[in-house]
Amino acid sequence: MPPPNDEVTAVTAPTAETEDVSANWASARAGVGDRIFAGTALAAGLTILAALAGVFIFLAVKGASGFTKPTEVYGPHAESFLGYVVPLLVGTFTASVIALIIAVPLSFGIALVISHYAPRWIAAPVAYVIDLLAAVPSVVYGLWGAFFLAKQLVPLHVWLHETLGPIPLVGELFGEPNPAGRSVLTAGIVLAIMILPIITAITREVFSRTPRLHEEAALALGATRWEMVRMTVFPYARSGMVSAVMLGLGRALGETMAVTMVLSVGFDLSWNIIATSSPTSIAANIALKYKERSADLLNVLVATGLVLFLMTFLVNFLARWIVGRSERRMAR
Amino acid sequence: MAKSIDISDVNIYYGDFLAVEGVNMTIRAGAVTAFIGPSGCGKSTFLRSLNRMHEVIPGARVEGKIVVDGQDLYDPGVDPVAVRRQVGMVFQRPNPFPTMSIYDNVLAGLKLNAGKMKKSAADEVVERSLRGANLWNEVKDRLNKPGMGLSGGQQQRLCIARAIAVEPQVLLMDEPCSALDPISTSAIEDLIHELKNDFTIVIVTHNMQQAARVSDDTGFFNLKATGEPGHLVEFNPTKKMFANPDDPATEAYISGRFG
Repeated sequence: MPPPNDEVTAVTAPTAETEDVSANWASARAGVGDRIFAGTALAAGLTILAALAGVFIFLAVKGASGFTKPTEVYGPHAESFLGYVVPLLVGTFTASVIALIIAVPLSFGIALVISHYAPRWIAAPVAYVIDLLAAVPSVVYGLWGAFFLAKQLVPLHVWLHETLGPIPLVGELFGEPNPAGRSVLTAGIVLAIMILPIITAITREVFSRTPRLHEEAALALGATRWEMVRMTVFPYARSGMVSAVMLGLGRALGETMAVTMVLSVGFDLSWNIIATSSPTSIAANIALKYKERSADLLNVLVATGLVLFLMTFLVNFLARWIVGRSERRMAR
Repeated sequence: MAKSIDISDVNIYYGDFLAVEGVNMTIRAGAVTAFIGPSGCGKSTFLRSLNRMHEVIPGARVEGKIVVDGQDLYDPGVDPVAVRRQVGMVFQRPNPFPTMSIYDNVLAGLKLNAGKMKKSAADEVVERSLRGANLWNEVKDRLNKPGMGLSGGQQQRLCIARAIAVEPQVLLMDEPCSALDPISTSAIEDLIHELKNDFTIVIVTHNMQQAARVSDDTGFFNLKATGEPGHLVEFNPTKKMFANPDDPATEAYISGRFG
């Protein structure tokens, strides 16, 4: 609340009697606007925390019983919760990791081209098109992946199996290929295209925020463009790059439609990323089973959701910690 | 190591806008040359054309000849990256690399040129450069701390150490003291006196006393009128410039009766 207005008028319109009244040190203006803003910001921050806590509590309460159901609920391919969730977790993470391996270098490259290499008349339209990619619904990507991309990728599957298959260890990843191309690899590629825009948009933004002063310092020392990027842009943008990757990973982990539609689902746990059938992802599994659920199965599905929630959290914290560690070392 | 610079008929553009017109001068080797003039007269722009930093700005270009050691810097076969390794630069605001330690900051340019080097050789370069920049005694016990942790004046001397570590032929300084307090300024000026034995130094300054104190030659830049390109009004030994300038405009500017 603003303080009583008497002193203010006294200061602004001094008369002979009030001339020796000292200045009004309590600002009449401060407070209201600041307090409204601080309140709104605090409320927003608390809301997001509450929402997160709410999701967690819901998953924990509804899913708690899902961990210890009778064996037949997990059937026909598993006997316990662990047996049920582990293939799904593997499926989730293999698809997401493939997506990241493809999307991250590509996104960083595109972001760099837009922010530092391309002339403006190319950079602006390219940035716009990339942003448009983010607006395409995931069902559309799923359709495209299932009915077009998968077929196109069959030769790649065969080639990968023939060239890399015989190599020990690495060959494990490229076993018997899927004749229709509807493998984890294809799902991962579709996911990569889906997470590309968000990673690109964020990294582009942080790259272009690099202080000109730092860039010129590097150039003036005789750095080439790429050396300048390595010396100034990447260190400056590192935290933002991690945020971008984490957001992309979050989207890949949680994506349902594209994976559901592209992947031919199986339950055998194997490292073969081009296999005929592979475990689907947790999110896709929930979407698939949700309709035909029994009450028991619903608990199990929620429990798998809880596992995904916690894993995502863990990965996020881990990434933050790794970045924070190198920054803390510098600040010491 | 120090080399002279011969400049003939240099025009500098930002896109279609002619910013600096028709500059001719010879910058002596192993001396300090100062550029003075009002804001916006193109002296910084001209300085940045001496190591091809001007063209970093999109659309910016330079016409004319700038010859260092017999080589025209704007010859089509010349790589701007190579030019910048020969002609170092210190900026208006200190700009050490924020993620690098003091040690790594000094070596930053050298690592670009030489790639991997022995630890002992690197230590030697760091000490020599920091001593050269009058910073060694202040930082020798915390070489692995970040360069951003230093005071403004120390940061600027760190930037000078970084620039001289690659042993350039010429050192350009763009208002190196404008963000510093008088004590740090005095430290940098003393340093400039020492550095001119090894380097050709070109400095842009807004501070007339500084130009008088540190430089051997002075160039006065001015605008003919607002919107017109900047040009070199007078180029003379500093003593003559401040005692008995050839051009009445120079005298008006130096004595504070500008216009």
